[in-house]
Amino acid sequence: MAVASKERIRDTKPVNPRVKSMKDFYKRLKKNKSALIGFYILVFFFIVSIFGALDANYGFTGISSNATSLTEKLEGPSAAHWFGTDHLGRDIFIRIIHGMYITLGVGFAATFLAGLVGVPLGILAGYYGGWLDTIIMRLMDVLLAFPGILLALAIVSVLGGSTINVTIAIAIGAVPQFARIVRGSTLTTKKLEYVDAIRALGARDGKIIFQHILPNIMSPIIVNTTLFIATAILSAAGLSFLGLGVQPPTPEWGAMLNDGRNYMYQAGHITFFPGMMIVIVVLAFNLFGDGLRDALDPKFKK
Amino acid sequence: MTTFIIRRLLQAIPVLIGVTILVFSLMHLTPGNPAVIMAGESAPQATVQAIEERLGLNDPLHIQYFNFLGNALQLDLGTSIRDNIPVFDHVQSRFLITLELSVYSMIFAIVLGLLAGIVSAVRQYTISDVVIMIVALFGLSMPNFWLGLMLIQWFSINLGWFSPTGWGDPDQIVLPVIALGTAGAAIIARMTRSSMLDVISQDYIRTARAKGVKERVVIFRHALKNAMIPVVTVIGLQFGYFLAGSVLTESVFAINGLGRLIIDSILQRDFPVVQGAILVIAVTFVLVNLAVDISYRFLNKRIDLN
Repeated sequence: MAVASKERIRDTKPVNPRVKSMKDFYKRLKKNKSALIGFYILVFFFIVSIFGALDANYGFTGISSNATSLTEKLEGPSAAHWFGTDHLGRDIFIRIIHGMYITLGVGFAATFLAGLVGVPLGILAGYYGGWLDTIIMRLMDVLLAFPGILLALAIVSVLGGSTINVTIAIAIGAVPQFARIVRGSTLTTKKLEYVDAIRALGARDGKIIFQHILPNIMSPIIVNTTLFIATAILSAAGLSFLGLGVQPPTPEWGAMLNDGRNYMYQAGHITFFPGMMIVIVVLAFNLFGDGLRDALDPKFKK
Repeated sequence: MTTFIIRRLLQAIPVLIGVTILVFSLMHLTPGNPAVIMAGESAPQATVQAIEERLGLNDPLHIQYFNFLGNALQLDLGTSIRDNIPVFDHVQSRFLITLELSVYSMIFAIVLGLLAGIVSAVRQYTISDVVIMIVALFGLSMPNFWLGLMLIQWFSINLGWFSPTGWGDPDQIVLPVIALGTAGAAIIARMTRSSMLDVISQDYIRTARAKGVKERVVIFRHALKNAMIPVVTVIGLQFGYFLAGSVLTESVFAINGLGRLIIDSILQRDFPVVQGAILVIAVTFVLVNLAVDISYRFLNKRIDLN
C-alpha cells in the first residue's frame, strides 16, 4: 500500500523528457552487449593513450620509444619485449603504447573538424533550401567525387606530410558526409508540426535552429561521428603507411607498418602487432557506433 | 525515363567542372614554382623563363584553367616533369591495371558479400549468422594494406602459394583482390542482411509462403529481387572506394597501377602526373555513379522518375 502511493507520487512529478530519453537510451545501450564491449575497449584505450602520451612526452617511466639497441634487432616477442623489437631494436609494445594517442587524436580531431564545418553547412542547406542549398550541396558533390583516401592524398601532396596536415586532409574529405546527413535530418525536422507552430509564434531562425532543430538531429550526428572516427583512423594509418602522413620516428601505427614491411621475411611480427592494434581500435569504434545507432535510431528499434 | 537520363547527365556536368577546378587548383597551390622544379634548382634564369613560357605559367590563372580544361577534354593532360612523356600515356597504361584490380575485387566482394548476407538473413540468430556478422565486422575494421601484408606473410612467405608482388599471372592476382575486396564484401554482406530481413518480414513474402511456394523460390525469386535495390547503391559507391583503395593495395603488392603512379609522382614532386591521375580516378568515379544511378531506376520501377 505504502509502496503504491510512493509510486503514484513519483509519477506525478514532471519528468524532463530529455533526461528520460537519456535513461531510456542508456538502458537500450546496456542491452546491446557488443556495443558495451566496444565502449569498454574504448574507455580502456583512452586511459592507456593518456598514460602513453604523458610517458612519451615527459618520460616518467624512463623508457623511450626511440631507444635503439643494435644487439636486440628484429627479435620476436619475448618476456622482455612483449611484441618483439623492430629493425633498430626498438621495443614495439612501448612504441604502440606511446603512439596510441596520435592514432586516437588524429581520428578525433579530424572528425571534430569535419563536424564543425559540415554540420553548419548541412543545417544551412536543409533549413533555408533554395539557391543556398543548391550551391552547398553541389560543392559537396564535387568533394564526394574523390572517393575514400584520394582527396586526403591530393591535399597531403600539396601540404606535405605531417600530423596536422593529415588531420586537415581527412577532415576536408569528411565534410560532405556530415553535411549530407545533417541536411537530410534537418529537412525532416523542419517539416514537423511543432516547428511550424514555433515559427508561427514568431521565433527567430537562430532560436529555431539551436533550440529545436539541433537537439533533434543530434542522434544521427553522434552515430556518424563515432563511425567516422573509425574511418578517419584507417585513412590516417593509410597515409602514414604510404610515407605521406605522420613522419618517422614518431611511433604512429601506420608508419610502423611501413617500417616493418621491408623485414617481413626475417621478422613478420613488426607488421603484425601495429596492424592488429588498428583493427582492435577501429573494431571498437564500429561496435560502439553500431550499438549507438540501434539505441538512438527509432527505425532500428526491435 | 529519357528525361530522367538527360537530367541526370546534365547534373553531372557542374560536378565534373568542379572536379577539374579542384584538381587544377591543387597544382597552383603547391609551394614552389613548377618551372624551377622542372628545370632543377641550379638551372639558369633563362631556362626557367623558357619553361614558364612554354607551360603558360605567366598567363592569368583563369586563362591557365581554361587551357587546362580545353586540353583535358582533348585527353591532353600535360607532360611529366620527370621524363617529358605525356601524362596521358603514363596514366593510360597504368589505368587498365587499376581498373582490372578494382573490377576483380568488385566481383569478389559482390559474390562473397551477397552469399554471406543471404545466409545470414535466412538463418537469423543462428551460429552461422553470428559468425558471419563477426567476420564481417572484422573485415570492415581491417586496413586493406595490413590485410595485404598479412596475406603475403602467410600465403607467400610461409606457404609459398602465391607471388607476393606484381600483377597479371593468376598467382599474382589472388592476394591483392582478397586484400582490396574484403572490406567491400563485409559492407555488402551487412547491407544485404538488413535489406533481406526488411523484405522477408513483409506481407507478400508471407503470402507466398502460405501459398506453398518453395522456400528457395521465396528467397531467391521473391525476396532477393526487392532486397537488392539498396544493395545496388552500395555497390556503386564501393567501386569508387576500390579505385581509391587500390593506391594502398598497389603499394603493398608492388603493382604498377595508377595508385602507385600517384604515390611515386607525389614523392618525386611530378605534379602534372599526380594531377592527371587523380583527375582520371575522380571522373571515372563520377561516371560509374552516373551509370549506377541510371540502371538503378531501371531496376526499381517504383521510384518516381520525376
